[in-house]
This record gives sequence, C-alpha cells and structure tokens, in this order.
Amino acid sequence: MTSANQPAAGRYPAGSAAFPHRDLTGLAGLAPWEILFLLDEAEQWVELNRQPHKRADRLAGLTIINAFFENSTRTLLSFEIAGKRLGADVVNMHAAQSSVKKGETLIDTAMTLNAMRADAIVIRHASSGAVRLIADKVDCPVLNAGDGQHEHPTQGLLDALTIRRAKGDFGKLTVTICGDILHSRVARSNIHCLTTLGADVRVCAPPALMPAGIEAMKVTPFHDFDAALDGADVVMMLRLQQERMSGQFIPSPREYRHLYGLTLERLAKAKPDALVMHPGPMNRGIEIDSTVADLAGRSAITTQVEMGVAIRMACLDVLTRRSRGVEGWA
Amino acid sequence: MSNPTPITLTNGRLVLSLGEPQPGALRCVDGRIAALGDIAPQAGDTVIDAKGALIAPGLVDLGVFAIDKPAFHFGGITRAALMPDQGVVLDKRSAVRFSAQSGKPDLWVHPLAAATKDLAGSELAELALMRDAGAKAVSTGRRWIADSGVMHRLLSYCAMLGLVVVTHAEDAGLTGSAVATAGEMATRLGLPSAPAEAEALAVARDIALAELTGARLHFRQITTAAALDLVRAAKARGVAVTAGVTPAHFMLSDVATGDFRTFARLSPPLRSEADRQEVLVAIADGTIDVIASGHDPRGPEDKRLPFADAEPGMAGAETLLPLTLGLVRDGVIDTARAFALLAGNPAALLGVNAGRLAVGAEADIALVDPERPWIVDSDKMAAAAGNTPFDKLPVQGRVTALFKGGVRV
Repeated sequence: MTSANQPAAGRYPAGSAAFPHRDLTGLAGLAPWEILFLLDEAEQWVELNRQPHKRADRLAGLTIINAFFENSTRTLLSFEIAGKRLGADVVNMHAAQSSVKKGETLIDTAMTLNAMRADAIVIRHASSGAVRLIADKVDCPVLNAGDGQHEHPTQGLLDALTIRRAKGDFGKLTVTICGDILHSRVARSNIHCLTTLGADVRVCAPPALMPAGIEAMKVTPFHDFDAALDGADVVMMLRLQQERMSGQFIPSPREYRHLYGLTLERLAKAKPDALVMHPGPMNRGIEIDSTVADLAGRSAITTQVEMGVAIRMACLDVLTRRSRGVEGWA
Repeated sequence: MSNPTPITLTNGRLVLSLGEPQPGALRCVDGRIAALGDIAPQAGDTVIDAKGALIAPGLVDLGVFAIDKPAFHFGGITRAALMPDQGVVLDKRSAVRFSAQSGKPDLWVHPLAAATKDLAGSELAELALMRDAGAKAVSTGRRWIADSGVMHRLLSYCAMLGLVVVTHAEDAGLTGSAVATAGEMATRLGLPSAPAEAEALAVARDIALAELTGARLHFRQITTAAALDLVRAAKARGVAVTAGVTPAHFMLSDVATGDFRTFARLSPPLRSEADRQEVLVAIADGTIDVIASGHDPRGPEDKRLPFADAEPGMAGAETLLPLTLGLVRDGVIDTARAFALLAGNPAALLGVNAGRLAVGAEADIALVDPERPWIVDSDKMAAAAGNTPFDKLPVQGRVTALFKGGVRV
C-alpha cells in the first residue's frame, strides 16, 4: 500500500456502516465516504495485483455470475479476473448464448440465476434500469457492469482511483469530460462520483450529444473544447460510438475530430501535467490521437485498466461481506 | 337494452351543464331521460333512493385501448371510444362493426376508425365505409402522421365526411425512440428522451392543416405549455380544434419515473412540473375539453421490463373519476365542468346523444358519492391489469350505482 494514497483513518464509519448497501447499481446518491471507502479498499488489491502471486482466498467457495446481456470484452474480463483473484468460482453468461434469445424475459432470467444460488451477480444490459430490475428480484448482491445510458459505477470508481493516485485531493481538481455525454453511462457515473468528491467537473460535447438538464448534475457544460480544456487537471475522453454517428448526431468522424479530437496541440490548453484518460476502447485518430493516448507520464489509460481489476475486487469483497459473516458486517 | 319498468332516481343532486349540483330526481323511460328536476315517481316506477349522491351522466371515455368492462363499470364509464390500435387494426368496416357491438348492452363501444391502412401513416383507410359501419371518429392511433401531405388529405376528407380526427401529437422525427421527456430526470436515469417541444411542433402543423381544410381536429392528449398555447390561440381564431388530457398528466410530473417505474411509462411521456401546472391552468380556462382515462391495461409481460423496453400505457378507467373530482375539491373547476370534461364534451365530439342530463338523452347515469374515500391498489383493481402509477394513492369519489340506457348494470 502506498501511504501517499491512503486516507486518514476514521473518515468513514466502522463496519458495514461504511457501505450499508446490498447492491452497487449506481454511484448516484452514494455518500462521499462510501465512495472513498471503496477506493481505499481497492488500494490493497492494487498492491496484490502487482505481486507475482496474485491470489487471495477471501471469496473461496463463493459463486459469482457475470451475466452480460450486451457484448463486452474488457469489462467482462476485468470482472472475471477480479473474481478469480479473490478465489471465487466465476461463471460467465453471455446473452447471445442464453435463453434470452429464445424469448425468456429478464425477470425469468433473474429468477433462474437466483435459483442457482449465486453469491453475487454482475450484470451488463443495454437498457437503463435493467440492473435495478434484476436487483429487486434476486437475493444476492448485484453489481452494475453498465446499464444502457444510465450508469457504469465500477468505471466511475476506477477512474476516481486513477485520478486520486495521480492527483490527490479531488476538491482541488478540474476534470473535463469530453465526448458523447448523451449516450454515456461512463460520463454519468463519473459525474456522480467526481462531483460528490468535490471536483469541479466540466462536460463538453456538440449540442446533439449533450443531454438536456445536465447542469442539474452540478457540472458546467461546454460546446467549445478549447474552452473546456482551459486549466483542466484531468481530461477524460469518451469513445465516439460510430454506430450512432452517421447523419444522426454529428456530420462525420472527420469533422468531429476537427472540433473534439484530443490532439497534442489541444492538450496544451490544459494544465502542463494534466492527466489524460479514456475508458476504452479508443477510436484512435478520432476522439484521441495516438500521440496523446500513448503519451508517457501523462496518459493514464492503461492505469485505468489496472485500477479496474482492483476496484472490482474491492466491490466484490465488500458486497459479499454480509453473507460471509465478516465481523462488523454480518 | 330497454327496460320495461321506468326508473326514478330520487333524493339526489343533479349534475347539470352549469352551476352547482341541484337537489332533484330523474326519471328514465324506455332507455332515455324522460324528466328531471323537481319531479316525483309515477305509479309503477322502480324507485331508487340516491341518498344524496350526485346524479351524473355516465362517463364517455374518449380513447381507450381495451374494452375492459369491469374497470369501466367500476369507474362509471358507460361509453368508451376505442382506439384503432387493436390486435386487428380498426382499418376495415368489418372490424369496426364487430367492435361497435362488442360491449352491448351494458357498455357501448364507439370505435375510432384508423385514419390510414394499418395505421402506417401513408394510405387513407376506407373512412366512409367505416363511418357507416359505426365509427364515430377517425384516429391516427398511438402515432402521429409524419407525412404532411397525407395529413392534409386525411383532414380534408374527414371534413367532407363530418368526422372528427383524433390525433396523437408528437413530432415523430424529434421523438424517435424516446421514452421520456428531455430534462434532468431523463438525463439522470439515462433514458432516451426527446424535447417537450416535439408536441408543440406536431400541434402547430396539425392546427395549420385543420385551419386550411376546415376539419374538426381533436388532440387526444396535450401535455405541454407550448402546445396548450397553440391550441388556445387556435380556438380564439375559431379553428375547430379541441384537446384532451389524462389524469396522469395533470397529477404527475417526470419525477414519477424515478427508480425506473414502468407504470409511469406513458405516451406522451410525463412532463416537467412546469408543464403539469400549465395543464391545470388549461383545464380551468377551457383550453382542455376532455379528460379521458387512456385506459391501457398491461400485464407484467409488458411492464416488468427495463423502462425503455416496457410498453407505454396505464390502467386508468377506475381512477378517472376520483382524480378529476380532485380538481373540484382543489377549486380548479366546478362539478359541472368536471362532468363536461368527462362526459358532455366527449359525447359531443363523438356525436352521440349522451353525456348530459337532458330530456331525450340516453339514460346513461352514474350515482356518485364524491366524498367517499378509497385507496387505489394495483393488486385489487377491476381492470384487466393493475398498471396504475397511482398505486396506494388515497382518493375520494366512487360510483355507487350505474345505469346504461336506463338499466342498472
């Protein structure tokens, strides 16, 4: 554990009061200490994951089901590694191979998973709110691995952990999030997380990709990327979802790059040591240039992936403490 | 349905077209209202003591999606205008004729003919044939006709036929696959949303075309301030335009969609609180002419889904009357206007001799205890499904007896 990144002791309540929720369906509404608690818990797993022997047995005997109703490689792999490193039996369910394709409802699927007595279920689904729906029907903790345009809480947490390890106190930071804010669950979770922790958050997108009423989420909206970058400590780029682009929201990828692509020249508008982030997968040459994405000492993109495993280990550990009878949590 | 025995309802309060309810009695003979006011039963009459209840016209529910007799009778509805969006679309005279017969004798169903074949918005359906088979109006169904040329032809044709066109008002190009109104709530929930102005755009075009063609146009639901202003201005110019709304849109704002509650997934979607307040103003000032249930019972297979995947619609028949009477208690409207919105105006739009207490009108009568309290319970509804956003809401106002054509149902 790196002491520079460890919190002062006692800034969150003891035992289960530090994180009293059964599920992690989103970061909206979480208290600052609840987020910090999960970040702090993840620190030990960052250290473990850097060791040659990466195995802990904390979840030995537990079954974790990764139910992915929407295609994913990175997030699924990250959750799978996290579960296995904690010693759990991890089962992946791909919707494309499941009875969902045969017309089974989501509720039926949830009840089936529940009957198999999973100890935690990780859900990804293309519809906002789908994870909440399942969480209401099962007896075990549910983790949201991304639901529609709603939230992707572990991504928000891993981004926060990445930022904290590089920059420290959130209260002094200006974070610029640029890209398809409208369709981005990553943006929403990051907004909830970073504003709760006290960061000044700017969001930047062309009008068609900027959701109405975003100001109510305590962020400052920009259409001018250069202005949004001015003095930023962190620049978080979002993937432009090309399948949603043609003739719909922006004229062309080339034009998008012209206005919103993060180039070296543009990055100079931010602070000299501004951190560059991207949740991946990247469209190199569109929302971010390779020269920026691979910028040594500035780009945190691979660190984000690394923090992802640690955060997911922390979340799986914390959410199963009650069922495992951990002292102070049972 | 005729009753050999005349009925006289005594000791009630008659809901007339103007003013407060008046103490009096009402006599029905051969299915029609024969007399009302300060009258006495005649020899041989079946006498029913109303015990101080309101003697009101049976409700005429303009724009339901299912024939759900138990729910309608619970709610005091004696006539229902059926939307054309059925399993078999009401775009042929056989379907219209079948539907028109389907509720009798104790409920009359007035089919709304599909404006276009299969409600696809491109080719006009056989409207005159459907009119003569029993259709009382024409409707675009759940959808807006995007092609202005088609809408123009539809309105001019319906003007010739003397049929009201009941339209859905949302610019489909703007709404796309939206399931919520753009704003803070939709953004927080990450729901596909469209700006509320989609309604005003549709209303502006359709008013322009109605004005051009001289057609009678009824917007089934108007839910935004901007669209209400357009309707208000059109009425002031003398355009034959009317507007309706459902209780959900004057009772609830988009806040009700929090936690992804699919019972609040409606079409049009719930609006902002500011728009909700403007709907109340429009009900009070006469811009809105009709309050309807939009009754659309949906089972769990349609509603126990992620919000955006769930079907829109609510079971509204049972709550239509008490929620409208809530406006009377709140001083928004008086009792006479409440029943004009619920019965008189929709009956006039459909051209049926009902919806009011008048000698010669059909004896579709509801006895209503306007103060009787009850709690809406989605598990115990008479409707085919309990998909109400008003679950567990305490309400006041209950039908104590219902008569269709002078016969108690």
